[in-house]
Amino acid sequence: MTTKRFFAGFLLVSLVLAGLVSYYASSSPDGLEKVASDKGISAKEKDHSLKDSPLGDYGVKGVDDARLSGGLAGVIGVAAVLAVGGGLFWVVRRRGPAAPATPAAGAASGTPAPASEPSQNAS
Amino acid sequence: MKDVHVPDGFIDAPVSIAAGAVAVAGVAVALRGARRELDDRTAPLAGLTAAFVFAAQMLNFPVASGTSGHLLGGTLAAILVGPYTGILCVSVVLLMQGLLFADGGLTALGVNITNMALVTVAVGYGLFRLLLRVLPRTRASVAGASFAAAVVSVPAAAVSFTLIYALGGTTDISLGKVAGAMIGVHVLIGIGEAVITAVTVSSVLAVRPDLVYGARGLIKPLELRTGAPVRPAGDAGPAEPSRA
Repeated sequence: MTTKRFFAGFLLVSLVLAGLVSYYASSSPDGLEKVASDKGISAKEKDHSLKDSPLGDYGVKGVDDARLSGGLAGVIGVAAVLAVGGGLFWVVRRRGPAAPATPAAGAASGTPAPASEPSQNAS
Repeated sequence: MKDVHVPDGFIDAPVSIAAGAVAVAGVAVALRGARRELDDRTAPLAGLTAAFVFAAQMLNFPVASGTSGHLLGGTLAAILVGPYTGILCVSVVLLMQGLLFADGGLTALGVNITNMALVTVAVGYGLFRLLLRVLPRTRASVAGASFAAAVVSVPAAAVSFTLIYALGGTTDISLGKVAGAMIGVHVLIGIGEAVITAVTVSSVLAVRPDLVYGARGLIKPLELRTGAPVRPAGDAGPAEPSRA
């Protein structure tokens, strides 16, 4: 499988999970929430400062259909996380041609990066 | 599905700030370390992994009467793209959930990053590496180690939450009760975490094993073994020392 095709498939899976499958997720409180309310940890819980945000509680404000609202919120979330995360990782990444797994450290003489941390790339 | 992470008001201000400092330090270390894990090919994969963790966290599964759980994703992300990058993946997810979806209090972001990014990756990935050291170097071992590491990582996050609650909880509940209830339910959630983690890791291994960070050592030693099977590391030594 080509890398491009794999990436496209991986993204598609995430979009389907967040956009379609999420509708069928359990709506029971999760472990923390349940324990917190059972034991009284949540007595002083405060409302989220952004609880009225347009995507609050994983729904799109103004969209009444629950399936559509939640699905849209999921798709927007996947896109937002991909944009912010992908952008961050692209900035942080090691520059130069991709040469994974093969510990050819030092061989790529053109890489200006590892000057401060010599040979750590080898691991 | 509402708040699935620690909201505002559970933990007092000083401990929230301290946890924030721990989170900032952890993310700073991860940013440095991630440089070694990310290149032109793995950087997009890491972005996609973060997106996948976000999607999977929406899928609450039932674990007991009236209780659900969802993936935390630290172990999964660390195995797929490396531990430092894994910390960043979960942190980005938590940040976006807090900012866009009102999930997880903004004052509790440090607590949530500490528990769900730092602790799950440290425990989950640490255990994963330990297990791979003793298991045969096969794909089944990677899947099994993923499962076991993910199972343990979830109650570990629950323990971490309990410790933070002990230091700065705004309510006065006996710690034994909190610990017992938190760990109990999170062992169950851990099983779900483990299933999702093992299935996802195995799926990627099946189509692109070279893209799984945690399986990188897998291919090389197999080649070595066919090349020179008679010389293991030497700790066991030859069974019958020939001192004629």
